[in-house]
Amino acid sequence: MSTRTIAGQKNLQNINQASADGIGGSPLRPDGTLKVKGEFAYSSDMWHEDMLWGMALRSPHPRANILSVDISEALKLPGVYAVLTHQDIPGSKFYGLEIKDQPALAIDKVRYHGEPIALVAADHPETARRAVKKIKVEYEVLTPIVTEEQCLDPETHGYVHEPHEFKSHGYGNICHEQKLVSGLGVTDEVRALADVIVTGEYEVGMQDQAFLGPESGLAVPAEDGGIDLYIATQWLHVDREQMAPVLGLPEEKVRLTLAGVGGAFGGREDISMQIHACLLAQHTGKPVKIVYARDESFFGHVHRHPAKMRYEHGATRDGKLVFADCRIVLDGGAYASASPAVVGNAASLGHGPYVIPNVKMHAIALYSNNPSCGAMRGFGAVQAAFGYESQMDKLAAELGMDPVELRQLNAMAEGDHMPTGQRIDSPAPVAELLQRVKDMPLPPPLDLENLDIRAVPGALSNTSHGEGIVRGVGYSVGIKNVGFSEGFDDYSTARVRLEVIGGEPVAMVHTAMAEVGQGGVTVHAQIARTELGVEQVTIHPANTEVGSAGSTSASRQTYMTGGAVKLAAEAVKLALITKGRRRYGWTQNDIDLVGGKVVSEADGVLVAMVDLLGDEAIDLTREHHHRPTQPFDKETGQGFGHVQYTFCANRAVVDVDVELGLVKVVELTAVQDVGKALNPLSVVGQIQGGCTQALGLAVMEEIIVKDGKVRNASFTDYLIPTILDTPPIPVEILELPDPNAPYGLRGVGEAPTVSATPSIVAAIRQATGIALNRIPVRPEHLTGTL
Amino acid sequence: MRITFTANGKPVEADDVWEGESLLYVLRERVGLPGSKNACEQGECGSCTVYLDGTPVCSCLVAAGQVQDREVRTVEGLAEENGELGLVQQAFVDAGAVQCGFCTPGLLVQTDALLEKDDQPSDNDIREALSGNLCRCTGYEKIMDAVRLASARKCAGKGHGE
Repeated sequence: MSTRTIAGQKNLQNINQASADGIGGSPLRPDGTLKVKGEFAYSSDMWHEDMLWGMALRSPHPRANILSVDISEALKLPGVYAVLTHQDIPGSKFYGLEIKDQPALAIDKVRYHGEPIALVAADHPETARRAVKKIKVEYEVLTPIVTEEQCLDPETHGYVHEPHEFKSHGYGNICHEQKLVSGLGVTDEVRALADVIVTGEYEVGMQDQAFLGPESGLAVPAEDGGIDLYIATQWLHVDREQMAPVLGLPEEKVRLTLAGVGGAFGGREDISMQIHACLLAQHTGKPVKIVYARDESFFGHVHRHPAKMRYEHGATRDGKLVFADCRIVLDGGAYASASPAVVGNAASLGHGPYVIPNVKMHAIALYSNNPSCGAMRGFGAVQAAFGYESQMDKLAAELGMDPVELRQLNAMAEGDHMPTGQRIDSPAPVAELLQRVKDMPLPPPLDLENLDIRAVPGALSNTSHGEGIVRGVGYSVGIKNVGFSEGFDDYSTARVRLEVIGGEPVAMVHTAMAEVGQGGVTVHAQIARTELGVEQVTIHPANTEVGSAGSTSASRQTYMTGGAVKLAAEAVKLALITKGRRRYGWTQNDIDLVGGKVVSEADGVLVAMVDLLGDEAIDLTREHHHRPTQPFDKETGQGFGHVQYTFCANRAVVDVDVELGLVKVVELTAVQDVGKALNPLSVVGQIQGGCTQALGLAVMEEIIVKDGKVRNASFTDYLIPTILDTPPIPVEILELPDPNAPYGLRGVGEAPTVSATPSIVAAIRQATGIALNRIPVRPEHLTGTL
Repeated sequence: MRITFTANGKPVEADDVWEGESLLYVLRERVGLPGSKNACEQGECGSCTVYLDGTPVCSCLVAAGQVQDREVRTVEGLAEENGELGLVQQAFVDAGAVQCGFCTPGLLVQTDALLEKDDQPSDNDIREALSGNLCRCTGYEKIMDAVRLASARKCAGKGHGE
């Protein structure tokens, strides 16, 4: 029955109220209830009757020739179903995100500690472990190429890859490089224009994503000769693109479904166990599950590039920047992974959110026999931010200026140009963010009278009762790009279906977006509710049955896949209204969908959606492409390279036990412009999480690599912040819309990880007076016992 | 070997258990209780925390044979009997303390144990009690909020809150 209303009946007041569960609200996660019940199926929870367990044999050497591999003893072990080497690979033996330089299993040589050489499938993980130990490999161990000097002198120290390999992308042991010059560059004449010049050399250690859910998944061979993989990843389609050629299958026979993902942070952009599980399933004809132990996780994914940087900044006496000269050397390790794009980011964002008339930059990524490095939250911008923000503090000290004022004096704003020549064409409230973070109230001083031992550095270890503790405060601001850059045609696909279920209009959203914990599934439902005026939204499992969503990285998913959901929902809405126009002859121009009804501002409710839809479903798919970008010119770095920029400012307050070198971050404040907060609760959660990873990099997190060997592949030895190490993180958000983005939003997840680290180091420097130029800052750096 | 124990109030038995298997493995792979998580499997992250005879332990560090005839309560056992979320579970959902959620089961058990002992913990008490549970997503702020919320609701329920 139609519920058309009498013309003129103005009963829109109730239904026009924006749904609290639409955009701008903070509805709860659709997967939250399952997760707290322990019923949410993560990739390591996958289970199949009669499944086997897969495991890899990994190299104990960072650089060696493989003389022989003997699998015969392993094969004899009862319960072992397959032992595979590269010779068993049916298709191409190489894969890679940007350069296909990585063998699925080592061929004749190993290039890093932990490189997979052979695979085992067995009926119990312990059987697999024993079988792996029975594989005999004869190595000719070679001296690893691990330092910048060794990498840059291949004639003496050798090549990580033979010179003829992958020549199109680099040369020698340089995987990728990007130069940049703007203004007059940096010459003696330019230097002469500056009253004050500060230089500094900075080093960033190798950080790990340390997501909690280990790499894992289940590969199930299908009757059509294809394979179904249930997997935790950041980008289903790019996994498939890399997997299918190795498996010798057409892409349509490699079907991926997203299993629950226990965090990612860039570490799941590359292939880990995907190909291995599928190879074993192909060979045994049985489902194969692989679950990395934590040490294997440290070996099995790429890390944040360690960096060595040299910065030189010149300024006038009144604090105006005149020039900046910078060299950034990133150690990319054995295989390229995302190194080329990381270099592009470091080069183009490496001078920070400042207007600098004359700039020179040279960023390179090396091939070495260290662990491979690739994507991690902040992606090249993190390392640079430690460099340029340290320089800002140094310059302020040299000029006798307040460090925040110096930053504000040089802060970029809308209409200014990046060193790449790109005009910033949306709000860039750098000075305002700094002002707001500075104006937030400071935490009270340490109360020595009523001291709770747990509040002092060293926390529970009873190391101090307040003596030798000094407080410091530091500030920082950072810049990060959103989305994929340098001419990449980044896009995402969404399918939205509207139908009547149980007498209610229900929208279904289907995308291939990897929900890794960031809350995209919540936001997609909010967008569908807002655009379609319905309450009930279901999220279809992410899989390769729908077009690519691109990666859950680069702070891009709400922008890109959220944008695609918006487009698809708008198309569904248009189709529904068109249907109504045909049926009822509506001529109004102000028809909208609100509260499950088709309404017109002038005429009130026109019809209930359920009546208009009837038995019919409207099911439409749309792609969202962002505006095109350009590659950077290789020599000058010029080009409209980035889609969007995002900014975050921080203030850190630290207490330092100067006798023991222990640091406690007392408070870490963040102010970020998010354009539009689609879900404020999630936005704040992302900012707090990002700040905490930055805290980890500042004071504790580093994969220790000595002569190419990883020394701390465990949560016992690789330390990530606990709740005792993490202070209150007050967050303020600004919402200055970007006219080019869906709803005006800005990517959120990475900016705080870029900006927060330098504020903590600045605060420690202020407390101790020690010039700190390496992160993580360790006790020995503070006690002089290094 | 065969082991028999009680999991969330129900008797369970597992056959052909290899002596080196952990309680975590038995729960996840043999008795269909995968809620306890396998993040580090060496007692550092707390994701696998369960009650063993009422005391929270890292189930990855408990040998399967050690639970013979004992009582285990996992995250799956924190819900009310009617299937409704338990107080601590609901507080984590409401406070936005669940992101990827991999650390959540362990944090829930540890929080439940904390509030059993002290239903009005101070912030430092909470931080101390949860310091064995790593979370990589949230920055812990919303976890603090969740525990405070659970504490407030628990006290209100007992009539000595609001």
